[in-house]
Amino acid sequence: MIIRTLRAHMRPLTAWAVLAFLIVYYLSIHPRGLSIGVLTAWSNQGTALALLAVGQTIVVLSRGIDLSIGPIMALTNCMASHLVNGGPVEVAIGMILVIATGAACGLLNGLVIVIGRMQAIIATLATGTIFSGIALIIRPIPGGDISEGLSDFFSGDFGGLVPMSLIVILGAIAAWYPIRKSVLGRTIVAVGSSESAAYASGLRVKRAKIGAYVLAGVFASLSGLFVGFQTLSGDPSIGLSYTLNSIAAVVIGGTALTGGAGSIAGSIAGALILRTIGNLLFFNDIEPLAQPLFEGLVLLVAVSFGAARLLRMTSRMEAFQ
Amino acid sequence: MTAVFARLPFDVPTRSIVMAAALLLLVGGWQYPQFFSPPYLAQQLQSGAFLGIVAAGAMVVILLGHIDLSVPWTMTAAATVATAVVGLTPEVLVSEKGVLAGLAVGAAVGAVNGFGVAYLRIPSMIWTLATNNVLMGILVYFSGFYALSSRPSPLMSMLGSGRMFSIPNVVFVWVAVSLILLFILRSTTLGRRIYMVGTHEPAAYLSGVNSRGVLVAGFVIAGICSAMAGMLLAGYAGQSYQRMGDTYLLPGIAAVVLGGTSLFGGRGNYSGTVAGVMLLTLMASILSIMQAPEAAKQIVYGVVVITMVGFYSLRERYS
Repeated sequence: MIIRTLRAHMRPLTAWAVLAFLIVYYLSIHPRGLSIGVLTAWSNQGTALALLAVGQTIVVLSRGIDLSIGPIMALTNCMASHLVNGGPVEVAIGMILVIATGAACGLLNGLVIVIGRMQAIIATLATGTIFSGIALIIRPIPGGDISEGLSDFFSGDFGGLVPMSLIVILGAIAAWYPIRKSVLGRTIVAVGSSESAAYASGLRVKRAKIGAYVLAGVFASLSGLFVGFQTLSGDPSIGLSYTLNSIAAVVIGGTALTGGAGSIAGSIAGALILRTIGNLLFFNDIEPLAQPLFEGLVLLVAVSFGAARLLRMTSRMEAFQ
Repeated sequence: MTAVFARLPFDVPTRSIVMAAALLLLVGGWQYPQFFSPPYLAQQLQSGAFLGIVAAGAMVVILLGHIDLSVPWTMTAAATVATAVVGLTPEVLVSEKGVLAGLAVGAAVGAVNGFGVAYLRIPSMIWTLATNNVLMGILVYFSGFYALSSRPSPLMSMLGSGRMFSIPNVVFVWVAVSLILLFILRSTTLGRRIYMVGTHEPAAYLSGVNSRGVLVAGFVIAGICSAMAGMLLAGYAGQSYQRMGDTYLLPGIAAVVLGGTSLFGGRGNYSGTVAGVMLLTLMASILSIMQAPEAAKQIVYGVVVITMVGFYSLRERYS
């Protein structure tokens, strides 16, 4: 029983094991060792990417891909730098507007893909340029203002015990699991496994696909808000690298790009692994110029593990799946 | 009129694009008379030719049902290596081995891309993303330690920035690349096999096609095209520089898809890709002649791609 569970979740568990190893190593070489400050700084760096990876995972589970997720994040980040400041009521309204914008962007993606019958790659590529354009209009150069109280709250720690950003990540997991168990969530995964089988079983395929993109938009807006809390400003140009890293995090976390199998917990581990490696390189006195090379090699090695399945194959035909 | 139009030897996407481009040209020329001036048109052709060469390579990979995200740094790497080799051996003619070195870089990157996709069976989207990042890492690392001299060879400068009969030479290169690609796709077994593997790889494999070899060949062609575009761009700019390829990745893919090539592979005509490049180039030039801000350009660009591609897919469904 236990072995079966372990085997079913092998890839995300591997990602978490790698992450645990990296954290222990990181804390052991960090000059200040294990302390709440170090832990907070560490988790703050990974949270924005982790939230984005959660959104990307939901879309990938439905056998789609969202290349506009970084631009949505940049757009909502720029909006937040205009709206999320002032008194408590203004801040609350601002945050609601920002999240609603994220959902609206996701809805547009879903409608273009489902109603317009376009391939997800090209549709989100195109909507992504539109979102980047709007972000550039509302915030041509980085700047703006975001509520400092909220920023301190979210980038601080809870009772000196747990970093607030780690609670945000746990909150994302807690928010997803009821959805995952609901009809919508199960339909999303079913559509990713086999769209025709899901359709033949009477599931609402179109609604599930659109729902996946809306959820991705919401998580992208949360990510944009979090970046705002960290930098206290809006920046229209952050989108592209975040899109690519979110896909990398999904793959490292063990979610299949062919849909239907995977978990957001794995993707969160993937996002944190990517960020921790950046930190490790910094503390190991690796030449800053060598950092992109190391990060690229890590990604290359991580995706190469996907080839391990070839070793178990008995027929070349299986490789084409 | 429609009857005449339907008899033209082009498919629907190509025709729609040619119409859209003609409309753009007429409206643009009517509003801005300088639009029709030969120097201006030549300049547009020049910037379109770089994109056209990239799109030619992207099309082969997309026909195979894959995608090549390593275009930006393949271009930069080929240009950097080529100009560095020229810098080391600046003698006339000897320096042209820089061009060979650049082409070799492109072919090597393509071979690595093809190996990961065909033999390791890793999704091309993530594998080429990884190779792109590694290339970037290598270039950033070495640029920090060695002050590589960056000098285009005479051939690169001549093809990249020279003109013949007031037509930019790079346009002739684009035409040559197009003719070679058309020949490969239409008249060689490799070309037929590219369409077969893109349509359904298991069936192609069972019919005796070396599908892995075809995949590697496709990625190598794409790598060589990216390398050529990179070196020509270095010849045009007089040097290589980091991030020189960034603005070619997405327009390259968009041009291919606008031209009616299916991202699922196996279907598409090269004439459509050429028309897609022309449309994107025309659009960019109209927006810049209108002095539209960068943001407006991006929005228009996205809306046009969605409208055109949505039109094709809906038309296919209801026809």
